[in-house]
Amino acid sequence: MSDVYIVGAGIHPFGRTQERTGLQQGVFAVRQALGRAGLDWRDIQFAYGGSDAAGKADTMVSELGLTGLPFINVANGCATGGSAMFGAYSTIKSGEFDLGIAVGFDKHPRGAFDPKPAEWGLPDWYGETGLMLTTQFFAMKIQRYMAMHGITNRTLAAVAEKAFANGALADHAWRREPVDAETILSSTMVSDPLTKFMFCSPAEGAVALILASEAKAKSLGLPAVRLRAVAVRSRPPGSFEVFSPALDIARGLSPTSIASRAAYEMAGVGPEDVDLAQLQDTESGAEIMHMAENGFCADGEQQAWIAEGRTRIDGILPINTDGGCLACGEPIGASGLRQVYENYVQLTGQAGARQVTGDPRIGYSHVYGAPGVSAVAIVERA
Amino acid sequence: MPDLAPPIDDRLLHVDADGALMLLAARERESGRLVFPAPGDADPERYESVLLPREGRLWSWTVQRFRPKSPPYAGPEAFAPYAVGYVALGDAIIVEGRLTGAPLDGFAIDMKMRLVAEPFTLESGERRTTFAFAPITEKAA
Repeated sequence: MSDVYIVGAGIHPFGRTQERTGLQQGVFAVRQALGRAGLDWRDIQFAYGGSDAAGKADTMVSELGLTGLPFINVANGCATGGSAMFGAYSTIKSGEFDLGIAVGFDKHPRGAFDPKPAEWGLPDWYGETGLMLTTQFFAMKIQRYMAMHGITNRTLAAVAEKAFANGALADHAWRREPVDAETILSSTMVSDPLTKFMFCSPAEGAVALILASEAKAKSLGLPAVRLRAVAVRSRPPGSFEVFSPALDIARGLSPTSIASRAAYEMAGVGPEDVDLAQLQDTESGAEIMHMAENGFCADGEQQAWIAEGRTRIDGILPINTDGGCLACGEPIGASGLRQVYENYVQLTGQAGARQVTGDPRIGYSHVYGAPGVSAVAIVERA
Repeated sequence: MPDLAPPIDDRLLHVDADGALMLLAARERESGRLVFPAPGDADPERYESVLLPREGRLWSWTVQRFRPKSPPYAGPEAFAPYAVGYVALGDAIIVEGRLTGAPLDGFAIDMKMRLVAEPFTLESGERRTTFAFAPITEKAA
């Protein structure tokens, strides 16, 4: 059993890149990661990769080189990137290999996703009558949460305002212009209480992370973070998920809360030890609810936390320091790896204008998606 | 009721002898857990068919303000926003459906709601019946 390190990272800018396919963006990210680390594709012993809607990752070998390495395709919906990293992490931890890559990429058409009921085990009427929209789920989850825990619309707007302010400082972000809270509140209502600027959009992008064993990381001598925990969990009984025609009266935990607990236990740290966090922010409300589900505060405390700026880059717990999904968009296969990329860049002091100060040591990332899956990774500066 | 268009799904709605609309669900015999909608190929040894309570309280809500993509949405091209919500039916189950019977900004969590038949027009112009929940007003109660 070896500890696992991230010793290199590359990213293709998120947003819309008409001239490159999703696969080509994946290749771009891999080459950038290798180049920054001074490594060659021939050094890479294995790869895990995937996309939700942009092709088969292993075909990248025709661009990157036919070295014969094992390349495992991962297709796990919204957790594709997280699952690729989980695969690479487990492979190195087991001692099978000591240098590998996890890559995720995607390219989605504009607008909301258009799921097919049968693929989700649901009857056609659910989609036909206009109930099968992820946007409705997010709106209804935060609507109830706001009523139960005293969160205001202004707090929703503050989360989006912070995201665009941070995105303006991140080279890889899609939305690079700050947007003020008044504009966010008065933009088109999409699904009450969420306006257009409070939702992220499907997008394009790619991320590659190079993972190494402890011995390999030491011999390479590169800027590195240690992966102290990677936990992927599916939904427990009584959780509230997208595409649910009904919910049990007995409410339960969420996949996020159980993945979070598992990750803290694996890492031997608690939320109080975390210096910065990247939390799934499909919309503003998700970031707010995920602050509590990941253990950073109690339900309702977000109202004060956000008013006091505690989650800004200069706050005590900076959250979504590159603008998160709100500013970067959500290419499903790449989104979770972007969060880990951001923590790697921050903890190795390479974040430039958005660098978190105060010598951050522990970074936390959390990705969530349909039909109820969460992945949490905790990294520590090496 | 004779004036209702055909149901949008054969296993969704039940109209009792008094003409009252009810939702069809299934109860898992072993765990007692209610499942809505009833599984399409429900094994009778595992599930028994049940009808859900018709009244409850609004658990959450939102408004669908843009036309959903087709497919899966089967409504006409012309679009009017509609409210959607979850209603906790007694202590049985929380069911998602369209909301009707009030303006789009007229819903609030914990409102008393009742199941009603909801006409639904397909893109072809054919009419179907689905379900919705409407506030129980003083007048109707």
